[in-house]
Amino acid sequence: MHLRRYEGAGKEKPYFQRESKNVYPIVTRRCHGNGYRTQDAGSANNALEDLLRSCAIWVLIEWGSGRLNEYQVIGRHLPTDTNATPKLYRMRIFAPNTVVAKSRFWYFLMKLRKVKKSNGEIITINLIHERRPTKVKNFGIWIRYDSRSGTHNMYKEYREMSRTEAVDALYQDMAARHRARFRSIHILKVVELEKTDDVKRPYIKQLLSKNLKFPLPHRVPKATSKALFAAHRPATFA
Amino acid sequence: MAENADIEIKASQWRLVEVGRVVLFTHGQYTGRLAAIVEIIDHKRALVDGPSKKENAAVPRQSVALNNLIITPIVIEKLPRAAGRGAVARAWEKREVEKKWDESAWAKRREQREKRRNLSDFDRFKVLRLKKQARFEVRKAHANVRASAKSSS
Repeated sequence: MHLRRYEGAGKEKPYFQRESKNVYPIVTRRCHGNGYRTQDAGSANNALEDLLRSCAIWVLIEWGSGRLNEYQVIGRHLPTDTNATPKLYRMRIFAPNTVVAKSRFWYFLMKLRKVKKSNGEIITINLIHERRPTKVKNFGIWIRYDSRSGTHNMYKEYREMSRTEAVDALYQDMAARHRARFRSIHILKVVELEKTDDVKRPYIKQLLSKNLKFPLPHRVPKATSKALFAAHRPATFA
Repeated sequence: MAENADIEIKASQWRLVEVGRVVLFTHGQYTGRLAAIVEIIDHKRALVDGPSKKENAAVPRQSVALNNLIITPIVIEKLPRAAGRGAVARAWEKREVEKKWDESAWAKRREQREKRRNLSDFDRFKVLRLKKQARFEVRKAHANVRASAKSSS
């Protein structure tokens, strides 16, 4: 969960274009479309083209490529008589779809500010794409997770091709090692470790050694034929 | 210990997972295609790229589980880690990866097996007839050789 408040919200520049450098060490984001339009079906007016376009936009925003997507969600308190221009809050949220992303947005925002879904609104929700999805990167992830006996902070590292894949690997890893569910994990920060020296964990460090090579000494071939009996034992060396 | 002193210990001849190693896909969409390891992701996965120019032989750059691959004896020497598409394609071309593969007994056997598998019933009958004819010719020649050897001795 990343929370950042937007100051000067009344200015003309759209929210999603405003970017400050001091918040995250890496900037890997490219927003798609102009935002989430809940009223798309109504505005389509039965025109097939509009409908198709809205469906395409909906699909792009709703379903990204992998199991988890990264969303930028911007929301605020509803304008009131005393405050006509409430502050905007922006989060980068990892979720399987926009429904979950919006739900997580309100879950985190309620913990931090006195805003909830019934007195607030979501302004935009965009899918954030990986800038270089074919480059292997090392990620450091800070999390907070509730175990059966208490709350813990953790730092873990993953070697993946994208932020979403790293977070997905994290959820799998936490489920495997600690039996932790999605609901009991808060992602605090995801950072790409650009320098090898920044990698702290030995399980990632070992993969960064120069001229890394290893054999696959015992390979059990997946069944290639459906025959019940084989004349020869399979060779397990490659 | 003294009697073991003259035993020579050699490193085993494993094929290694390494940058530049050419791999063969055995599972999935790209089964039977070749690619080169561009970067090792972890002990189970690698980033591969198959820049073949032949039709239905190219493999887009992707992360693959080593489980779905077989490593071949072909290696692109001195391929830099995480080389770009162009660099990989040039190295692929320069080291004649596909030529080496096509000449290997492994590739020929694969091709033969594939061909045999796709034969129709009539094709199999033709193979049977041709094999019979070939066998007849070989035996005839062999009988002649034997007869001439016997008469000369």
